[in-house]
Amino acid sequence: MRDGPEKPAMPPAVSPSRDWRRERPELFFWTWSRLVILGLLAGIGGYVFLWGLGVLGFGIDRLVNGSLRLGQAIGLMFPPTAQGQLPLYIHAIGETLAMAFLGTLVAAILSVPLGLMGARNIMPVGPVRLLVRRSSDVVRGLDALIWAIFFVSVVGLGPFAGILAIAVNDTAILTKLTAEALENTDREQQRGVRATGAGRLSVINFGVLPQVFPVLIGNALYFFESNVRSASILGIVGAGGIGFYLMDRMMLSAWREVSVIVGLILVAVACIDFLSGRLRRRFIAGRGARVQ
Amino acid sequence: MSVRDEHWTAPAQELSLARRKQIFAEAYRRERLRTWRIWLVGGGVFVVMVIAAADIGEVDLVHLWDRLPRFRSYFGRMVPDISLESLWPDLQRWFRRGWVWLRALWETVLIALYATSFGCIAAYFVSFLAADNLSPHPAVRFVARRTLEFARTIPELVYAIIFVFSFGIGPLAGVLALALHSFGAVGKLFADVAENCDREQIRGVRATGANWMQTMIYGATPQLGPDFLSYGLYRLEINVRAASVLGFVGAGGIGQELYNAIKTFRLTDASAISLMLIAAVIAVDMLSSWLRGRVIGKGRLSEA
Repeated sequence: MRDGPEKPAMPPAVSPSRDWRRERPELFFWTWSRLVILGLLAGIGGYVFLWGLGVLGFGIDRLVNGSLRLGQAIGLMFPPTAQGQLPLYIHAIGETLAMAFLGTLVAAILSVPLGLMGARNIMPVGPVRLLVRRSSDVVRGLDALIWAIFFVSVVGLGPFAGILAIAVNDTAILTKLTAEALENTDREQQRGVRATGAGRLSVINFGVLPQVFPVLIGNALYFFESNVRSASILGIVGAGGIGFYLMDRMMLSAWREVSVIVGLILVAVACIDFLSGRLRRRFIAGRGARVQ
Repeated sequence: MSVRDEHWTAPAQELSLARRKQIFAEAYRRERLRTWRIWLVGGGVFVVMVIAAADIGEVDLVHLWDRLPRFRSYFGRMVPDISLESLWPDLQRWFRRGWVWLRALWETVLIALYATSFGCIAAYFVSFLAADNLSPHPAVRFVARRTLEFARTIPELVYAIIFVFSFGIGPLAGVLALALHSFGAVGKLFADVAENCDREQIRGVRATGANWMQTMIYGATPQLGPDFLSYGLYRLEINVRAASVLGFVGAGGIGQELYNAIKTFRLTDASAISLMLIAAVIAVDMLSSWLRGRVIGKGRLSEA
C-alpha cells in the first residue's frame, strides 16, 4: 500500500480541508467513463471467448452425451483383465523404459558439446553460437511424436525409431538448457583457475564444468522421467513401446485390457519417478557437500 | 581407532614427520580406493543397463549404418524444387494448401489456449486444497494431491484417444484431454508455490474473521498471482507443442494434416506444415516469454 504524506502525531484542532483527490487518487479511479470502457472490454472478451468455444465444437448436448459415453467406457474398464497377455505388456513396458533410457542417454551426451558451442561465455565465434541456438529452437519446435513418424518412415517400425525421436528432440532441449546453465556459471571460479596460468581448455575443464555438472545430471534424470511418459505413447505411431498395444486395444474397444495397460504405465512411471528422484537428490546433495 | 582417526586426533607434535606422512599416504590410498570402487560398481551397473536397453530397444548400429543413405534421401525429398527464376510460383506450389494449414494451425493454437486456461483455472482451485499450509484438512490435501498426480501421469494422448471415443472426432476431445493433463501438471506446481507463500499475510486476513475461501482470495492469491501466471504461460508453450500431435488420434489441430502428409509420402507438404508449425511454436514462445517478463516484473514491484 502507498503511504500518505507524513502525518503529525496529533491532529490540529481545526483540520484544514484536505485534498483527497491528490492524497488518495486510487479512491477516484473508477469514474463512469472508465466503468463503461471496462464493461465494453469485458463484453468483447466474453464474446471472443464464446466464439472460440464454438470454433472448437463445444456444445451442451455434445458435452452431456460425451460424458455419458465416457462414463460407459470407464464402466467397461472394470474389472481390469489382461486376458493372459500380461507378459507381452510387461515386455512392452520394458521396451518403453529402454527407449526412454537410451534416448535420454544419447541426448545427454550430445548436448554437452553442443551446449558448449551455444554458450556465450565459452564459444567466442558468434555465428556458430547463433547456428547452434537457432537450430535447437527449430528442432524443439516439433514434438517427439512428429520426429517419431519421420523416423518410422526411415528406419521402419519398432523401438529404434522411438529412440531416435527422443534423442533428437531432447538433444535440442538439453542443448538449450546446458548453454543457459553454462552462461549462468560463476565468473570468480573461472578467474581463479585462469590466475594459475591455465589455458582456455583448462579453464573450461576446471572452472566451468564442475559448476554445471550437477545441473546437467539433474536435467538428464528429470528428462528421463519425462521421457518414460512420452515413450509410452510413441507406439501410437508405431515407434515401439507399450503405446502400440494401448492404441490397438482401444481401437478394438477392449476396455478392460486398456485399464490394465494404463495401470502398468502408472506403476512404471511412479517407480521411475521414485528412483530418479532419489538419484537426483543424492547426486546434487553429494556435489553440494563437496563444494562447501 | 583407525589410522584415519589417529591422524586427526593425535596432537601433531607427538608424531614424527615420517609417521604423519605414512598416515596421510594410507588415508589417501583408502580414499582413492573407495572412489574407484564407487565408480567401478556404478559404471558396471550403467554399462549393463545400456547393453540391456540396447538389446530390448532393438538398437542395431549395422542396420543404422546401412540406412544412413536413406536418411539423406528421405529428408532430402522434403526439400522442394525452388529456383530463383520462379521463386514465387515455386513457393506457391510448396504452400498450395497454405490456407487450409493455416486454419488447422489456428485451431491448434486455440486448443492450446483454451486447454491451458481451463487446466489452470481448475488447478488454481485445487492447488490451495493440495498445499500443505493452506489445505483445510490433511485428508482433503491427500485426496487433492493424489488426484493431481493421477491427472498428470496419464499422457494427454491417452486421454485424447478415450475422449475421441466418447466426445467424437474433433478439437473438443483435444481441449478436454490437454486441459485434464495440464490440470495435473500445473496444479502440482501451483501447490508447491503456494506452500512457500508468506504466512503473515494469510494470518492477517484470517484475523479479520475471513473464512477459508476469503482467506485464499484475499490472503494467498495476491502474493501468488505472478507465479501462477508465469507457470500458466510456461504451460501454454508446452501445450502448443502437445496440441500439434493431438490430430494423430483425431483430436483436432494440424496433426491430422501432418500425419496424412507423412503417411502418404507427400514429403514437401510435410516440410511445409512442419515449417509453419515451428514458426507458430516459436512465435508463441516469444510472446509468452515477453509476457512472463512483464508479469514477473510487476510481481517484483508489488513486493518492494
